Amino acid sequence: MFDLSGKRALVTGASGGIGGAIARGLYAQGADVALSGTRADALEALAAELGSRAHVTPARLGEDGAAEQLIQDATAAMGGVDILINNAGLTRDTLAMRMKDEDWDMVLNVNLKSAFQLSRACLKGMMKARFGRIISITSIVGVTGNAGQANYAASKAGLIGMSKSLAQEVASRGITVNCVAPGFIATPMTEALNDQQKAGILASIPSGAMGTPDDIGAAVVYLASDQANYVTGQTLHVNGGMAMI
Amino acid sequence: MSDVADRVKKIVIEHLGVDESKVADNASFIDDLGADSLDTVELVMAFEEEFGCEIPDDAAEKILTIQNAIDYISANS
Repeated sequence: MFDLSGKRALVTGASGGIGGAIARGLYAQGADVALSGTRADALEALAAELGSRAHVTPARLGEDGAAEQLIQDATAAMGGVDILINNAGLTRDTLAMRMKDEDWDMVLNVNLKSAFQLSRACLKGMMKARFGRIISITSIVGVTGNAGQANYAASKAGLIGMSKSLAQEVASRGITVNCVAPGFIATPMTEALNDQQKAGILASIPSGAMGTPDDIGAAVVYLASDQANYVTGQTLHVNGGMAMI
Repeated sequence: MSDVADRVKKIVIEHLGVDESKVADNASFIDDLGADSLDTVELVMAFEEEFGCEIPDDAAEKILTIQNAIDYISANS
């Protein structure tokens, strides 16, 4: 089940904890994988760990032309892109009253605008192939909001609206467009929290544990598979029951 | 000229699955041949591939009929 042999996947933000797990998950199911991110050394290390079907395609998303160039690079490396994983994202957290335009623009550009640009650049090939998967990694805070993250939450909510619109445009061509919304996932970022903070978070999660990056990878693998061909415009929440939407 | 017309019509027939008799020069993709907006985008992509040309978006928007396509391609390829 969930055989991805012969499929070509591009994963942005692949040098991060969740992006790396997504790339490993797709690779394990047989897909060719192009690893994108800003840190070429981390991508090279991941590619070496995975094997010959992994390719390194660094990009600085948010800069002019970077998204289109990345699709060209991934196409050159693999021959096409059947599965696009919009996972690249960053935060510039602060209370709205202190949030500068630059904080807003940077987060929206990288998290949302580049995801749109990448999706647009992939669609032509997917339409011709009558197959495609666009999966954007959004966040629980895109639905629930979170103090200090007006920009980040807006970008993540934007991914959901964008995906629903794209899904309607291209559903008749065998292309599905979905989101995966992680809750609290154990990554280096959450490792920095102190015990009291962790206890506070865990108290709000019915399953009583943080998720792992592999939990997100598994959700992505499902949505990328042929078995999910009737699922489009959806957001799959992977959060241990923290929010039931 | 007739060669371009024949190739354009062949693409339209194949892509939209319409009967050859309906593919008149003045036929509108959307109104007469049942295309939706996504079909028109795909037709332009197919024309680009067949004729090895690039049709910019502002020109593509004006290609609404078989004759529009024949005229544009004849003038630009």
